[in-house]
Amino acid sequence: MDTPPVIELREVSLAFDEKQVLSQISVRVEQSETLFLLGVTGAGKSLLLKVVLGLIKPDSGQVLVLGRDITPMDEEELDEIRRRMGIVFQEGALFDSLSVYENVAYRLREHGMIREEEIERRVREVLRFVEMEEAIDKLPSELSGGMRRRVSIARAIISEPEIMLYDSPTAGLDPVTSHTITMQIAKLRDVQRVTSLVVTHRLQDAYVLANYVYLKQRQALAPVTNADHGGSWPVTRFLLLRDGVAYFQGTPQELAGTRDPYLLKYLA
Amino acid sequence: MVGFVKRKVLDVQDFTFLLVNSLRRALTPPRYIVDTLLQMDVIGVGSLPIVVLTGFFTGGVLALQTYRTLSTFGEVSLLGQVVALSVVRELGPVLTALMVAGRISSGIASELGSMLVSEQIDAMRAFGTDPIRKLVLPRLFATVSTLPVLTILSDFCGILGGFFISFYTVRLTSEEYWTSVYQTLTFQDVAQGLLKPFVFALVISMVGCFYGLNTKGGTEGVGRSTTQAMVAASVLILVLDFFITKFLIAIRFF
Repeated sequence: MDTPPVIELREVSLAFDEKQVLSQISVRVEQSETLFLLGVTGAGKSLLLKVVLGLIKPDSGQVLVLGRDITPMDEEELDEIRRRMGIVFQEGALFDSLSVYENVAYRLREHGMIREEEIERRVREVLRFVEMEEAIDKLPSELSGGMRRRVSIARAIISEPEIMLYDSPTAGLDPVTSHTITMQIAKLRDVQRVTSLVVTHRLQDAYVLANYVYLKQRQALAPVTNADHGGSWPVTRFLLLRDGVAYFQGTPQELAGTRDPYLLKYLA
Repeated sequence: MVGFVKRKVLDVQDFTFLLVNSLRRALTPPRYIVDTLLQMDVIGVGSLPIVVLTGFFTGGVLALQTYRTLSTFGEVSLLGQVVALSVVRELGPVLTALMVAGRISSGIASELGSMLVSEQIDAMRAFGTDPIRKLVLPRLFATVSTLPVLTILSDFCGILGGFFISFYTVRLTSEEYWTSVYQTLTFQDVAQGLLKPFVFALVISMVGCFYGLNTKGGTEGVGRSTTQAMVAASVLILVLDFFITKFLIAIRFF
């Protein structure tokens, strides 16, 4: 392995109110790889995302992002790493007093960009990417769940991050909107080669992303074949958490071929 | 019982951390000026009606009640002095702070609490904003700068309310009332009446922020934080008022 993993957790443990939420988790995510975090509700998946972002510090273990140990860092040092990451929260977490435009422009303003024409150009560009340009002046309260989710993606990607973290991106959405969101994730992975960490309950989204690829020319998903993509397409892996422990780690094929009773129950 | 005390001690510790961290950050940029001005409008200008009304009616009823006692001694001309001193030293600062605490402490707690449960605070941190600089400091500064002004206004309305009662009910002359007010107030009274709002403002804003940012458990938790903030702020104001007054007397401030 010549390049270091983009994200690495070494024996990470975290407890809340006497409950061990994460227990000795070790995982590596390589460049352009997509790792799906699976597990029942309360298994610690969202917390793992927050640990990777440095929002929560683990009780023990190390967290390395882009080759740097973020475990001892303070907020100012973390800011530098966070600039290269983007996160989409469970309910979108848009700032409700700001319009869509201001929400998406948020990161640019925080990083000191002041030329309004440049800001507007970038905002429109990402809103077009997630197909939400018409809603540019609306408030979050005027948008549906799916629309808010898409604006949230736009807000996260405007600074062209190398890593994207998604917390239940399709939870509570109808099948059509879910498919749109899944397509956005695939687009980012296949067009921008972004490394992704996706928390999800929905195995079907994981399988779609594992077996389909976004083709720029056709602006749609197509099944993966060796011929289409010229050999290498982004790797997809699964990490299943059970009671805070990494119960399963591997490729979709390995998961599909498993004989473990808990996993079979989970997949059913 | 022990668990309860332990929790309270931890709360005091966390509150002190928040206060110290906020004050340290106030000394360096970045500063969110626009947010501060907006908060000054919400907190200062927004509290004007309630503060004016409170002051005016408190002064009026104080005059009414005091008149009856004073008239048994035949010292009705002292009415101006009594109203002025009571209002400026105690009733103005404390009642104004309590009214503002009820409005602002709970408002801040519910606003920050809602942001916390919808993960907006996490989103801020993820996108490079320090929530203390963006949310806490503007509210702290806005309250500290507007509460003394509101208190002065309330004091004036209180004395004015006393005047209306004196003039129309007690039949003091305008000259008698206002001269005795002017003559009796000393610098120490006024200074004391402005030192207290400064401390109360710190309490109101920081207690609101503390309960808001430590909300636990969804929308129900937000409701709980809102009530707790108001109760804690009010109690702290009354307790601190007592100790500040005692302290000022002890150091022979007046």
